[in-house]
Amino acid sequence: MLQILRDNWVLFLIGQYPAGPLGGLAATVLIAVLGLGLSFPCALLLGLGRISPFRSIRAVTAIIVHTVRGTPFLMVIFWSYFALPIIIGHPIAGFPTLVGALVIYESAYLAEIVRSGIEALPKGQIEAARSLGLNYRQAMMSVVLPQALYNSLPTMMSQFVSLIKETSLGYVISVNEFTFAAAQVNSRLLTKPVQVFSILALTYFLLCFALTQSARAVERHIARRRREDPAVIRPLESFVVEPAP
Amino acid sequence: MMGYSLDFTAVLAGEHLKWLLSGIQVTAELFAGAWALALLLAVVLIVLRNTGLRPAHWFVTTYVEVHQNVPLLVQVLFWYFAVPELLPAPAQIWLNEHNSEFILALLALSFCIAAYMSEALRSGLRAIPPTQYEASRALGFGYLSTMRYVILPQAARLSLPPLINYTLLLFKNTSIAMAIGVHELTYQSRQIENDTFRTFEVFAVATAIYLLSSFAIMALGALYERRAGLQAR
Amino acid sequence: MISFENVSKWYGAHQCLADINATVNSGEVVVVCGPSGSGKTTLIRTINRLEPIQGGRIVVNGQDVHSSATDLNRLRSGIGFVFQQFNLFPHMSVIDNIILAPRKLRGLSREAASEAARKLLARVGLADKANSYPGQLSGGQSQRVAIARALAMDPPIILFDEPTSALDPEMVGEVLSVIKDLAHSGITMMCVTHEMGFAREVADRIWFMDRGTILEDAPPSEFFSRPNHPRAQRFLSELRH
Repeated sequence: MLQILRDNWVLFLIGQYPAGPLGGLAATVLIAVLGLGLSFPCALLLGLGRISPFRSIRAVTAIIVHTVRGTPFLMVIFWSYFALPIIIGHPIAGFPTLVGALVIYESAYLAEIVRSGIEALPKGQIEAARSLGLNYRQAMMSVVLPQALYNSLPTMMSQFVSLIKETSLGYVISVNEFTFAAAQVNSRLLTKPVQVFSILALTYFLLCFALTQSARAVERHIARRRREDPAVIRPLESFVVEPAP
Repeated sequence: MMGYSLDFTAVLAGEHLKWLLSGIQVTAELFAGAWALALLLAVVLIVLRNTGLRPAHWFVTTYVEVHQNVPLLVQVLFWYFAVPELLPAPAQIWLNEHNSEFILALLALSFCIAAYMSEALRSGLRAIPPTQYEASRALGFGYLSTMRYVILPQAARLSLPPLINYTLLLFKNTSIAMAIGVHELTYQSRQIENDTFRTFEVFAVATAIYLLSSFAIMALGALYERRAGLQAR
Repeated sequence: MISFENVSKWYGAHQCLADINATVNSGEVVVVCGPSGSGKTTLIRTINRLEPIQGGRIVVNGQDVHSSATDLNRLRSGIGFVFQQFNLFPHMSVIDNIILAPRKLRGLSREAASEAARKLLARVGLADKANSYPGQLSGGQSQRVAIARALAMDPPIILFDEPTSALDPEMVGEVLSVIKDLAHSGITMMCVTHEMGFAREVADRIWFMDRGTILEDAPPSEFFSRPNHPRAQRFLSELRH
């Protein structure tokens, strides 16, 4: 196993870069960070739409969220991989396809986290803000969102773990990321699948487990602050995020 | 999209319809088989954890963390490429003669989802106050009757919402089996797409099938939850 | 200053405000009392439209509160509102809680707004708490900050919804004394409360509510010595026991 790592660590880490496109673990992390960064603003809008005072906006965003949640991520990838080029008229590469699919998928999940974070705040917070004369937007920006986003930080972090795991599906459309790199190494060596896939699984595990543990630490920290100050922050409702394995 | 006219007959007739139907059947088998096995494994895990033995507790914790922090696709690839290598030769031969892709995908899916389901059961059990247990023992019930009549019915109700979520999760992720060549719905729609170039139609049909099934699972869950909620009152 | 004209409100089939007609004059202090469920909290929450009404009209300072033509946010910035549960913003310091509205609505700079806020804090006896967070305050201190926050926009009207009901008994006094000072300052005030001693001392008039209607509207001397309505008599006698 160490021998394989010694011989192939560059491929595992950055793929064929700089001779070819960036790949390997670096590409996985890059795709995940891009995916999170781009889906966050969409999620914020979707999440606010889910609790909008306007019925039509609530209905449209609910349909979007439920449709995405009911569709396998692979289907979303295929839609953007095969159908998008037909719509926009020219082919697109695997990398932006995967990032695009991740943004669609994660926006829906993060939107639900934003929504439940907002709904978990005591009603008195928004009433107090509105009683001062702040309008809806001002109340959201100054009072509701800072608290809601802070409270849902641990859930968002676990969702980021899901996002990292989802990037592995880029393998199916041959995006140069970590799983793809391992499969390349595997087919080159032919006789060492146990070692190669153990390296792959172990690396993912270390990355994701570290993030999971930090999410738990943040959650404990917030829970402690809440205990010290139980009157003002109600604990998040038992909201089940459905993680991606 | 100029000049692209939709034509569903290429997808929903003849040979291609047969492919589609067989894909649906394989997805359904994979889902049902993996669900039953995952639930069984989850119960085994939770029993192991509650034995009070240190190694058993450690094993279950590690099992859950590993399966939750490694991508399912990687688990599937590991089962497909690596696990057979670890088996004795007769077992390998048996696998190859019996649709190894399907069996290995089913095992990978159930071993992974079992980790999630056992966590759902655990959170349900943990939410029951110990006084319930004490009250039941004080009435003269033994350990098993206490579990059977007092603890488990309450825990099941609390575990239900996450269990339904994980059922949905399992259903959607049966599509990952296509990566190792299981002829399920996603695989077959790719094949039809290849054959007809009717990209929109075939993905629309496949997505609709997935969506309807997902909504059915969600609705069933909501219905059951409401009934359980009424009983609780 | 505040007038209710045939105001009605239903929750489903239950009518919680039944054809209310009443007026609060400028500078007047009105205490609203009555058994729980009588509609007094609902009544005070309709004045700044935290609750919608289904019939009648509420006019504040010449503006129809529930008309869609009214600039609600502007109207609300002229009505201070103090909640039973304080509802301070836990992620902001005390001073930031107070200057939020002046900054966002009047466009004041942090410095300019802070100067006025410190005076308000001194007025409620909490000059040293400017940089504390709500989580570090006692209930009584929190409610006094909430009062300062409600006063930050110099509203001509201030409304209190059971301001002492969520407090431990030993903290009720400090909050009531702040409200008493305020009552003597000439601001128009409505206060829902069970503190009858306080009502007797500061109220110009007392409204006794039951089942969604105002049964008595009288100066305290009259209300406490010879209430007209049998239900008001029963309410007072129960309070004495």
